[in-house]
Amino acid sequence: MKSAHEPGYLLVVDDNKVNRILLARGLEGDGHKVETAENGKQALDKLRRDAFDLVLLDIEMPEMNGYQVLETCLQDPELRDIPIIMTSSLDEIDSVVKCVELGAEDYLNKPVNPILLRARVNASLEKKRLRDEQRKLFRTFATKEVADELLKTGFSLGGKYVNASVMFADIRSFTTIGEKQDPTDTIELLNNYFALMFEAIIGNNGTVNQLEGDGLMAIFGAPIHQDGHREHAVRAALEMMELLKGFNVEQAAQNKVRIKIGIGIATGKVIAGFTGTQYRATYTCVGDTVNLAARIEEHTKEAQRPILIDQYTSEGLSNDIEVETLGPMLFKGKKQAIHIFAVKPN
Amino acid sequence: MSIINRVTFNELKQMSGADFINELIDAFLDDAPDMIQNMHTALDTKDVESFRRNAHSLKSNANTFGATELGVLAKELEFMAKENNLEIGNRLEVLNETFGKVAEELKGMRI
Repeated sequence: MKSAHEPGYLLVVDDNKVNRILLARGLEGDGHKVETAENGKQALDKLRRDAFDLVLLDIEMPEMNGYQVLETCLQDPELRDIPIIMTSSLDEIDSVVKCVELGAEDYLNKPVNPILLRARVNASLEKKRLRDEQRKLFRTFATKEVADELLKTGFSLGGKYVNASVMFADIRSFTTIGEKQDPTDTIELLNNYFALMFEAIIGNNGTVNQLEGDGLMAIFGAPIHQDGHREHAVRAALEMMELLKGFNVEQAAQNKVRIKIGIGIATGKVIAGFTGTQYRATYTCVGDTVNLAARIEEHTKEAQRPILIDQYTSEGLSNDIEVETLGPMLFKGKKQAIHIFAVKPN
Repeated sequence: MSIINRVTFNELKQMSGADFINELIDAFLDDAPDMIQNMHTALDTKDVESFRRNAHSLKSNANTFGATELGVLAKELEFMAKENNLEIGNRLEVLNETFGKVAEELKGMRI
């Protein structure tokens, strides 16, 4: 019977030949590519040599048993993301529970029921594909460390309060630019521009968590707490301005439109967490600090300064960053006036 | 108790496909005598762990083919070994005889 699911590359580990043949043939019949190993050592060798999508692991084996293989895999950063389904006889239920507690993905009783086999294997492969996709997504939006941490701690959709610096940036008069030129040029401009801005943000430990049109939102100090996130945010902003200079030189050389941007940063308590569904989630932040950062960014045009920050952000900077006070400002939706500071680009 | 439970065997045939049932039977008929031999050796050397593991494998395979009686005998020996008890009387001989019957019947069930 053919499966509607995408095939995977599977490793069947069992010291018993009958079990190996049975599992391997069943899975091959489902369209998967299957490799087998007779004991734990052989399994680890194969796992280290090839990139498998899933392992079916027997518990009872001579030399190195299923536990030891499972533990070794979970401790190895290169192997710990491969889902492992334990296969065992019914009377080994205690061992199975232990394995699942340790971190095994699932289990199957032997003799294996073909329908359950197909269902569990496909579900595990699907979950792995989602995790792989999420990792890829995170790596484009955040540093490797953040992506790893997020994957390690899992995707609980619950939120929490964190102290973080929030940045908003957008391109001035972008609508006008878009109206004046070819749509292909506009999209190319945006892509080149975002590539540079991402570099500056991610390089300063930030995470880009929203893109909307020509605007972006980034967060510093969350999801993983980092001291110095205020300075990281401002250094990212300075680097963005620096990269933009080079970008505009190139644009001018090609007789293309040059752009100006505004960046607003505010620091404080934000509610951060994953929002969305199990299948499509994004790390987002909401709260007063986020609104304030957006308002400050809007104000850059009127203030005629490219980088504006709030007081709390300005208090977290080292001396080499030059800051000019612009005095208190009353923003829409805020009861109290906010002291605003302009950061001087290098 | 039947030597081979036909319902279980037919399910197995369905799962593995008719093409592979012969391969499976051959693998079992190849491996099982080794397991029984290993149990004899383990008994002589008082290697409880090896005895238990081989009994476990034999039980697992017996159940896969629907060899119910053989499965029960192997399971009993596995559990005795788990309790560190190798005073098994003539149970291994009984198991060996039963396997002989299972082997005969399985040979006739090859396609």
